[in-house]
Amino acid sequence: MFAIDATRTLDAAMPTRVLVPTGALGITFDRAALARGIAAEPDIIAVDGGSTDSGPFSLGSGTSKYSRAATKSEWRDLMLARAGAGVPLVIGTSGTCGTDATVDWMFEITRELASELGQRVKVARLYASQSPSRVAMALAAGRITPLSPAPEISAEALGAMSNIVALAGAEQVQAALATGADIVIAGRTTDTAIISALPLAHGEHAGAAWHGAKIGECGALCTTNPTGGVILLEFDREGFTVEPLVENASCTPHSVSAHMLYENSDPYILYEPGGHLDVTCARYDALDARRVRVTGSRWVPGRYTVKLEGATLVGYQTSILAVLRDPHYVAHAQKWAVELHAFLACQIAQRMGLGDDAYSLEFRLIGMNSALGDMENRRGEPVEVGILGLITARTAEMAEEIGKLINPYVLHHPLTKDEELPTFAFPYSPAQSERGPLYEFALNHVMELDHPMQVFRLEVCEIGHA
Amino acid sequence: MRRLSDRVLKVRSKNAGPFWVTIDVFCGTSDVFEQVRLELRTEAVAALFQQPSQLIKRFDIADLNVIKFSFPRPVAQGARTDRDMHGAQWAILLAEFPLGS
Repeated sequence: MFAIDATRTLDAAMPTRVLVPTGALGITFDRAALARGIAAEPDIIAVDGGSTDSGPFSLGSGTSKYSRAATKSEWRDLMLARAGAGVPLVIGTSGTCGTDATVDWMFEITRELASELGQRVKVARLYASQSPSRVAMALAAGRITPLSPAPEISAEALGAMSNIVALAGAEQVQAALATGADIVIAGRTTDTAIISALPLAHGEHAGAAWHGAKIGECGALCTTNPTGGVILLEFDREGFTVEPLVENASCTPHSVSAHMLYENSDPYILYEPGGHLDVTCARYDALDARRVRVTGSRWVPGRYTVKLEGATLVGYQTSILAVLRDPHYVAHAQKWAVELHAFLACQIAQRMGLGDDAYSLEFRLIGMNSALGDMENRRGEPVEVGILGLITARTAEMAEEIGKLINPYVLHHPLTKDEELPTFAFPYSPAQSERGPLYEFALNHVMELDHPMQVFRLEVCEIGHA
Repeated sequence: MRRLSDRVLKVRSKNAGPFWVTIDVFCGTSDVFEQVRLELRTEAVAALFQQPSQLIKRFDIADLNVIKFSFPRPVAQGARTDRDMHGAQWAILLAEFPLGS
């Protein structure tokens, strides 16, 4: 445990207040509610910058999902709020995926803003990217444990990953705060760690610190007005209190306890670096019409492990879209797609010399079963059927070449030999579109550490005007 | 035949990390919760999602009148053959599940 504020640590009567402006930087928040939060004198402002929610592309490419303009405009308001409150501002999982590259991206935005706003700020960057060789060494040493279900890994598979990150916990965020930083720009952290770090450093109830952090990590999703954004969490020696700061929003025992269900496979247990949270015996009490008090959550210490996330480039995609409106073709769309697929496999083999191990081509029938595939159990009579062709190949050029090759057949493939050649609807020209690289998540493992900072790195500097 | 969605407040689903999906059935009242809890068999839910029933984790949460099912995604989120990146449309299959009268 790091001594962040020795005077505070001794004062058990003072709770620790964490202001959470939004569930994710980049999706906006209520400015008036933020001002109310600052007026409530928080000890820290904590905001999440990402998650795996949007899929593997962000981690695979090491880029942010959200626009730079949206991120910068929201970060500007938070930097102003921080300066007004005189408390640290911390962002976790910077740039959606929390790689070193997106920490640097966020740092660059911060540097620009510090200059534009005339602020002089001390910034701590917490880096979480992992080299494949370091993870391979841990694997060889038996310090990597698969979670369920986990992809098979080897030194070779690790070497093929475009990015690997370890999820920092409260200890690493505390180390960043202990530098006296005004702003902490963290790489991948658990969603909860940026919220739990300060209450834990202040010696607040550990179960409450993690439980409150889980309740607050999505901002106002734990309230009756989920789009509202800003919430305030107050932690003490026995529990925590959660309060929405948007007008017309309230927290109820139901809205708060139900949030443990959200994106959680187990509603009672949450694993974190160094242990797990158990909320089986938690009590949720309404303090008034807006605020809920939670006690009885338990923190169970365990091995110090950090979760790993990795993404691998598995190919490049081109897509093609056509629409069948002719009722005869709509009625026989599945048969049409199966026959077309077989015909195209022959064409691709003959003309490009590619076997089916060199590429994949899949047709999804929009209007029939494109969302659920084989699980779909409803049959209807759609007005039209969208034919989404997905081509995946080793190179972008090969995927594009296949797209061009199949284009005329997707446009004209007849159900019978003796009919006049049909022409379906292409919504744009060209009908095929390059989708770029395709990444897949390749790790669902934890790595055991000797000490929390073993695989994380801190850089501290001052930026902006003197 | 009535469907589950005719009996309960809401059925929702979402990824729980890239490798799991979780489905929450909000029953609304303890009466509905008790009925649905008994009628909605784990085996039937497993069959609906084409999963072996031993992979389904089930939580009957009386405090919230919620029944929760979690299971590993057949393909990881965003993998080449994934059709629903957020797993949020899976709930509809369960919402449409025929359930008693």
